[in-house]
Amino acid sequence: MRATSPQPQLGASGKPERGEAMKYEAVIGLEVHVQLLTESKIFCGCSTSFGAAPNTHVCPVCLGLPGALPVLNRQAVEFAIRMGLAVGGRINPRAVFARKNYFYPDLPKGYQISQYEEPLVVGGRVEIEVDGRLRAIRLARIHLEEDAGRSVHAEEYVGANETLVDANRCGVPLIEVVSEPELATPREAALYLARLRQLVQYLGISSGNMEEGSLRCDANVSVRPAGSKKLGVKTELKNMNSIRSVERALEFEIRRQVAILQQGGRVEQETLLWDEKRGVAEPMRTKEMAHDYRYFPEPDLVPLVVDPAWIEEIRASLPELPLAKKRRFVQQYGLPEYDAELLTETRQLADYFETAAAFTPHTKKLSNWILGEVLRTLNERKISLERFPVPPQYLAELVNLVEDGEISASAGKKVFDEMVESGKRPEAIVREKGLAQISDLSQLEEVVERVLRAYPGEVERYRQGKDKLFTFFVGQVMRETSGKANPRIVNQLLKERLGVRRG
Amino acid sequence: MSPAELDYRTLRARLERGELRVREVVEACLDMVERRKELNAFISVQAEAALRQAEIVEQRLRKGNAGRLAGMVLGVKDNIAIAGGRTTCGSRMLANYVSPYSATVIERILAEDAILLGKTNMDEFAMGSSNETSYFGPTRHPKDPERVPGGSSGGSAAAVAACQCTAALGSDTGGSVRQPAALCGVVGLKPTYGRVSRYGLVAFASSLDQIGPLARTVYDASLLTEVICGYDPRDSTSVNLEPPAILQKLEKGVRGLRIGLPREYFASGLQEEVREAILSAARSLETLGAHVTEVSLPHTEYAIATYYILATAEASSNLARYDGARYGYRSPRCSTLEDMYFRSRSEGFGPEVKRRIMLGTYVLSAGYYEAYYRKAQKVRTLIRRDFLEAFEKCDVLLTPTSPTTAFRIGEKLGDPLTMYLSDVYTVSVNLAGLPAVSIPFGRDSRGLPIGAQIIGPTFAEALVMQVAAALEQEGRTN
Repeated sequence: MRATSPQPQLGASGKPERGEAMKYEAVIGLEVHVQLLTESKIFCGCSTSFGAAPNTHVCPVCLGLPGALPVLNRQAVEFAIRMGLAVGGRINPRAVFARKNYFYPDLPKGYQISQYEEPLVVGGRVEIEVDGRLRAIRLARIHLEEDAGRSVHAEEYVGANETLVDANRCGVPLIEVVSEPELATPREAALYLARLRQLVQYLGISSGNMEEGSLRCDANVSVRPAGSKKLGVKTELKNMNSIRSVERALEFEIRRQVAILQQGGRVEQETLLWDEKRGVAEPMRTKEMAHDYRYFPEPDLVPLVVDPAWIEEIRASLPELPLAKKRRFVQQYGLPEYDAELLTETRQLADYFETAAAFTPHTKKLSNWILGEVLRTLNERKISLERFPVPPQYLAELVNLVEDGEISASAGKKVFDEMVESGKRPEAIVREKGLAQISDLSQLEEVVERVLRAYPGEVERYRQGKDKLFTFFVGQVMRETSGKANPRIVNQLLKERLGVRRG
Repeated sequence: MSPAELDYRTLRARLERGELRVREVVEACLDMVERRKELNAFISVQAEAALRQAEIVEQRLRKGNAGRLAGMVLGVKDNIAIAGGRTTCGSRMLANYVSPYSATVIERILAEDAILLGKTNMDEFAMGSSNETSYFGPTRHPKDPERVPGGSSGGSAAAVAACQCTAALGSDTGGSVRQPAALCGVVGLKPTYGRVSRYGLVAFASSLDQIGPLARTVYDASLLTEVICGYDPRDSTSVNLEPPAILQKLEKGVRGLRIGLPREYFASGLQEEVREAILSAARSLETLGAHVTEVSLPHTEYAIATYYILATAEASSNLARYDGARYGYRSPRCSTLEDMYFRSRSEGFGPEVKRRIMLGTYVLSAGYYEAYYRKAQKVRTLIRRDFLEAFEKCDVLLTPTSPTTAFRIGEKLGDPLTMYLSDVYTVSVNLAGLPAVSIPFGRDSRGLPIGAQIIGPTFAEALVMQVAAALEQEGRTN
């Protein structure tokens, strides 16, 4: 990298490449909002279900009508505690809701009920694997709050000069997970986010879907000379709606900040909006960010005092978490790390594997089938595992049929495709389609003899050293048996016969 | 005597005996409203609905299954929501706002067959001590139309005093039930914080607001209190306790009770005739067998400042929802979002409301929060502790309700600080969350009523009403 280059070049890791110029490192912290999968809203009984007609899941409470009061949803608290325990955070024995005051049309009360000085969860950590090395990212806090509504501009029922508000989302429960500024690269931020998403899905507290807004991420980022202890001026990035766009936005912003510093400039503390299409982050209008939220304790709610016995109850009900499950899969099923990582990506996939594994000793082969054929089918058909028509037991039976030589590998693929179509049991398909492999020794000996007799010239040339003809003979045997011959036995027989004559 | 002038116990007896029909009571009240229209005690009157309701209640009375408030004609302060009717809060902002739901207290009183006559006038968003800040014009004092009835439940107090209804509901954030009750010469109770559901009460300062009854007798106020109190799962600050049993205590007298006179409540700024009346009330109680002692509430001098910081802070947030976006007043002259907020709030709120929103916004602002809001919270704790300590030495406190009797319209409106001092004896009670009643005791040289305040420990509504009943008896015989 040339010292005069206006654009510092970054390595794949997001860190500046070695060069003569000053090296910089980034400091990243993420604030992630997670929409909780409770049945009703956080402070009223309205439904949280997604996609209803605008303003149909509303009541005086979530509309902020004069005189209405909030009542806390117990399930939302439980979900937040579940998350807190899963990351090893401390559940505050007394949490206090606070009002965050700002004006916006989709915020009916003119304030958001959140938590500020006394959040529900303090501390905790999320483990990520960076280049095979485990790294724990510490959390500052996790707090409970309510979602705002949605401003609608782009629907056919909205006039050109108007913005309408859909309040269905008002009061949907959120947790905000705030990391310490400990992420060093956009890649790490992406890994952290993926881990967080995986965690909330495992815990069953959120769909974790970023595109639908169930998971929303704001990033704080600053850069400083490599090795420096002092933090640089940070900016806040908003409006990223996928993990990939969080990574891209951070890459962009780090490059921008480094360029400013290299030119002797100063980074300004501001909020930037990421434009995914154009691949740039641009400052919000200053008026939109000149907020003093005037937090103060929410007088309409009493402090949330959590019974320690309840916490223990929730702890006992926690599912096995992804990393623990991965380690267990390696040990218990003798899987490679790589397979275990992919299989535990979602709880559903892990459960599918484990249910199937109970029916077959060939666990690595089973893993191959799942990570290969099953995932390919889900992708092609754009369906979720829940809607996959092959029960795990049937897949295990298929693996057994192939591994025990009952059917050939290629027949196995056919059976699999048929199972996806019909949902039938593999044995039934093998029977119906006559796909059973011929492993009968005398029957195959007869075919091999016939083939060798039919091609004396080829046999002669093979014996003179034309080894490649071996596959020709295999192919002929397969043709004679419509592909059903057990290839292992055919190979063995051919070697014996051709070898015997040669000898 | 017009049926409108009857106290509820008498009224109920006559209804039961068939000497009077509910319809006649309602008509008598409507007549009183009409005759004294100049009082401007009501913002809206639902004559037809009230008359319809009267027929239903009449049937129940005849069948013998009528509720505890059957035939009680009520005025309801216009910051308490009644489904289908306007709830204006005395503000231009909500002048045409119709609530789709009813407050819990409304459901409770309707379940006991009360009759809703209309919504009473009030200081805008309950901010004021004189009813002069109402968008619908000031309410006038029934005894002297040039004077204020007090506030902010001035409409309720004036309507009860002028016999336009049997009783009324008000709300008390810093004295808004007790002070107008004192000025108008009626009984007004602020129950313990958490006793009465705030669901459907349009919030001014959530940690201080409490709905309370106004009536012409201690008995009527007590009965109404028993009905409106009780746990409500829709209000998280509502306490899960049985409603207080007050009526059975009213006859018990005060023998052996210790009455505390807080010395700080008799210092400067107190109208001499008021001081005389309260001391005379103390002597009366002594005569009845109570022990009167002097006690101290040392942090009293900070109460007004503390109250105006906390109440305005909460108000600035509670009133943020009135932005012209969803309901309420929207300025017709706005082009941008910001313009809509600015103009709608500038035109929709009156000067006192704006003053308090600005004060509250200021004390919560970054850099000032510690010095004002947090400090005030600490002082609030000290004030609460003052009362706890005082109640180790006495059972109830006896104080003036208001430093003066009813003042003239316009007298204090231009001087907010003087106006705020009208609440000097009432705000501490809200800060401490205690029950307190104002009961008429004597008059000044102009014949204007004087109110005595009896403050009790938390949940001691029955005790304060028991003392009030004794004073009421004394006041009558004197």
